[in-house]
Amino acid sequence: MKRAVWVLAVLLSHWRRHPMQLATLLVGLIAATALWSGVQALNQQARVSYDRAAALFGGARTAMLIDPAHATFSQAAFVALRRAGWPVSPVLEDRVQVNGRSVRLLGIEPVTMPAETASSSAIDRNDLHAFVAPPGRTLVAPEALRDLGLVAGATPRINDSAELPPLQSQPQLAPGVLIVDIGVAQRVLGKPEQISRLLVGKTAHGAGDLPDKVAGATLQWVAPDSETDLARLTDSFHLNLTAFGLLSFLVGLFIVNSAIGLAFEQRLPTLRTLRACGVSARLLNVVVVVELVSLALLGGLIGLIGGYVIAAALLPDVAASLRGLYGAQLPGTLSLQPQWWLAGIAMSVLGALAAAAASLVRLARLPLLAAAQPYAWQQAQRRWLLRQGVLAAAMLIAAVGILIFGDSLLAGFAVLAALLLSAALALPVLLDGVLRLGGKGARGALPAWFWADSRQQLPGLSLALMALLLALAVNVGVGTMVQSFSATFVRWLDGRLAADIYVSAANETQAAEIRRWLATRTDISAVLPGARTEVQIDGAPVEIMGVADHATYRENWPLLRSAADGWDRVHRGAAAFISEQLSRRLHLDVGSRLRIDAPGGDWSLDVVGVYADYGNPKGQLAVNIDALLRHFPDTPQTRFGMRVAPEHIANVIAAMRAAFHLDARQLADQATVKAESKRIFNRTFAVTAALNTFTLGVAGIALLTSLLTLSGSRLPQLAPLWAIGITRERLAVIELLKTMAVALVTALLALPLGLLVAWCLIAVVNVKAFGWRLPFQVFPMQLLELLGVAMVAALLATLLPILKLARMQPTTLIKIFADER
Amino acid sequence: MLKVVSLSKSYRSAQETVDVLRGVSLAVARGESVALTGESGSGKSTLLHLIAGLDEADDGEVWLEDVRVTGLPDAGRAALRRARLGLIFQQFNLVPSLSVADNLAFQARLAGRHDAAWLRELIARLGLDGLTKRYPEQLSGGQQQRVAIGRALAVKPALLLADEPTGNLDEATADEVVRLIRDLVARSGCGLLMVTHSARLAAMLDRRLHLSGGLLA
Repeated sequence: MKRAVWVLAVLLSHWRRHPMQLATLLVGLIAATALWSGVQALNQQARVSYDRAAALFGGARTAMLIDPAHATFSQAAFVALRRAGWPVSPVLEDRVQVNGRSVRLLGIEPVTMPAETASSSAIDRNDLHAFVAPPGRTLVAPEALRDLGLVAGATPRINDSAELPPLQSQPQLAPGVLIVDIGVAQRVLGKPEQISRLLVGKTAHGAGDLPDKVAGATLQWVAPDSETDLARLTDSFHLNLTAFGLLSFLVGLFIVNSAIGLAFEQRLPTLRTLRACGVSARLLNVVVVVELVSLALLGGLIGLIGGYVIAAALLPDVAASLRGLYGAQLPGTLSLQPQWWLAGIAMSVLGALAAAAASLVRLARLPLLAAAQPYAWQQAQRRWLLRQGVLAAAMLIAAVGILIFGDSLLAGFAVLAALLLSAALALPVLLDGVLRLGGKGARGALPAWFWADSRQQLPGLSLALMALLLALAVNVGVGTMVQSFSATFVRWLDGRLAADIYVSAANETQAAEIRRWLATRTDISAVLPGARTEVQIDGAPVEIMGVADHATYRENWPLLRSAADGWDRVHRGAAAFISEQLSRRLHLDVGSRLRIDAPGGDWSLDVVGVYADYGNPKGQLAVNIDALLRHFPDTPQTRFGMRVAPEHIANVIAAMRAAFHLDARQLADQATVKAESKRIFNRTFAVTAALNTFTLGVAGIALLTSLLTLSGSRLPQLAPLWAIGITRERLAVIELLKTMAVALVTALLALPLGLLVAWCLIAVVNVKAFGWRLPFQVFPMQLLELLGVAMVAALLATLLPILKLARMQPTTLIKIFADER
Repeated sequence: MLKVVSLSKSYRSAQETVDVLRGVSLAVARGESVALTGESGSGKSTLLHLIAGLDEADDGEVWLEDVRVTGLPDAGRAALRRARLGLIFQQFNLVPSLSVADNLAFQARLAGRHDAAWLRELIARLGLDGLTKRYPEQLSGGQQQRVAIGRALAVKPALLLADEPTGNLDEATADEVVRLIRDLVARSGCGLLMVTHSARLAAMLDRRLHLSGGLLA
């Protein structure tokens, strides 16, 4: 043991003499762990919140009994099953309008609520009496309270009729839901003695034990689902975040790899001396691993703290993205579980071991005496480049194979990963080719040395350059996708938001009053009523949207393709346009036929067009509004669009606000709605932009640390040049030019690779993740801007080692030659 | 051709000040080869570094032909080393990324004094025929040192400074290398100042200077 401690002390003394190298190693570990664990913290936070929402609704996570034929059934079934020993609890649920907003009202019975549903803990035992006894309580999440524009203690009316019990803010509740006692729910919803479902607690009973009829109802057992709808919907978003986290992690490991590689090279004489002094190879290997794991633990812990800070900083934007894209609600504060800490530390340790693998293998095979170099650097480099080239070609073939045969979101990401890996492996081969070409054209001693030395430096710099290539390509790819999306989104908004003013009435009564009022106005050229309902098609929710037959829609609707007489057939009521995501999911296209279960009987619709519906997680159908109301008579008609001459818009809004006390959320002009949509859009991609910047930053650090570590090891190569008459300043300029040249070639290669990444994101990943495909566009100014950023990053990374060289004291350079003074 | 006048140099550390050179004066004529001997730490390498302008003296002067080296700025000293000096080190210090041929021609090209005929002669005299396409790491120590000698002489320097050029070589190779240096110096007409520990090698040169305690004996 003492021997091991002594060996460890000898190894650690290296870091005392090379503090910069230790800092580099730790920076790599910290950056890798921080970005990875930051992203995982966000994912974990989101998943916990989806689970809570699912458990709270008493939905997917709890077994339940429903009546498949009816929305509600008699409460007598609850009584009968309880008497038969079933641990069931009744729930009544419906959508209601509160303050002009649609929310879910959930009536529960807290005493019989199964312990495993989070709802039971949401109601404190002390508050149980206040919750069930008149006037009762309406439990609501703080976010929902804010969203409704209400305060705790208020007693809002639902659907402008029945009054709810006083509101009470409850932080652990899912937003978008109001929870009341089931008795209150039955009263305010006008459904006495009715329930929507029965939650089943942990029981020995199973689906097979259920009687055919319970109090006259045929109940169906619905098994608990391990994954919630929200989790399924948001999978692609979290996969995106994970992919970014993994990329940053890999870039961080590049730094660790280069630092460990250099430290190994510098410690070779020490390691040989230790072996010569009688330290066994086994002990030496064990101590090196112990040293590495200790450093990884230190870096991992600091990285985790960094990850927490990153996650906390990004959480508001992630929450906005999830709300904007999927309607998923995330609480505003970060709470992390012990698994997160353990997983972060494990990633740091495993990452460090992976990054050090090559050095550890070399150590295990280290001969006691230094052997002469079997190959010249050129021959060794040729072998290395050949190996890299073969691997790059193999990865490229794999990428093409997955692209052709793969058919999932994961396959889409696998294509991207294989493509990026292939490009990274091919980079040194390409750079070597470029530098060799440069060398052939060189005239004079210094230019010849410039190119030859650049080639020789390649193995030392290649990992950092690969990191730069990957970071830049991903930046170009994601940037191009976001820009393409942005340009398409703006055009699409122009098509979808063609009306001049939008109004959403608080309820049907107010909607009728507004309709009558609108009829009297001469400054309104057209009223475009809208209505929406939701149905299930193939087990997934689909929106049906009723649109009026008006030139506004005919001229602006964002149709991707349609039958020649599409609008006329939609107007006649037996045809529909479908959204692109629904078209892809159900494999429907123009000419297909669709059947919908409607209260008024089956509704058969011909598909006569496909339109873009970006940002909507659900499939959507656009039908004629009159036909929709015939088949779904209960559909609320509370929304309108209006065509108004631009000069009258402000007057009409002011008059409506005065007449109906509508707030900004209920009444807005086109420009305001568009601005709000664009704000949400931009917020959605704020996370992507932040992670993009982080990744590029880490790549810059990788380049800096590689150059710093190389600058030390390159002194024996530079000192003779100084000795034979090249000034330090000139050497510094040459070194700067060399790094900038390889960085420029790398950045130029990153541009086409990035465009390929963008194509993969748009044509493969987006289609699988969201169901829509954007038109691919190239933005030259954006590419130039990124090229500039890359060169500035390379310049900044080069500057410190270059200044160090330019200001180096002659005594430092002389040490290379002198073995005595 | 080389004139050193009262050259002094000391190094300061936190604990003490070490006077390495204490007013050293010497001269080397064109075509003359001089050995500089002394114990370890006697200041031989420091003296060589000051003459080459690699380091700056505290006091005294170094003249190479008509140029006062000690008064030159860094760029001037670099230009002088490039064109008028040839340096040979114990560690060879070749450029690993360049082939033997490129290493040989490197300094001469840099100084704009490349002479293909002279280089061919050097290659032949140094016995490097057949090795010119190799890289330094593919050569033995003796071969590498011969390349270093060739590089230093290719520029046709006024003065050749050699710091323990045989320190890494066996006795027979060392003798052969010193003989080569001496002959080539005579052939090119430059001066030679060579640091060595070996009395046997020193005896092969025209004159011997001994440095002890920072002074020439």
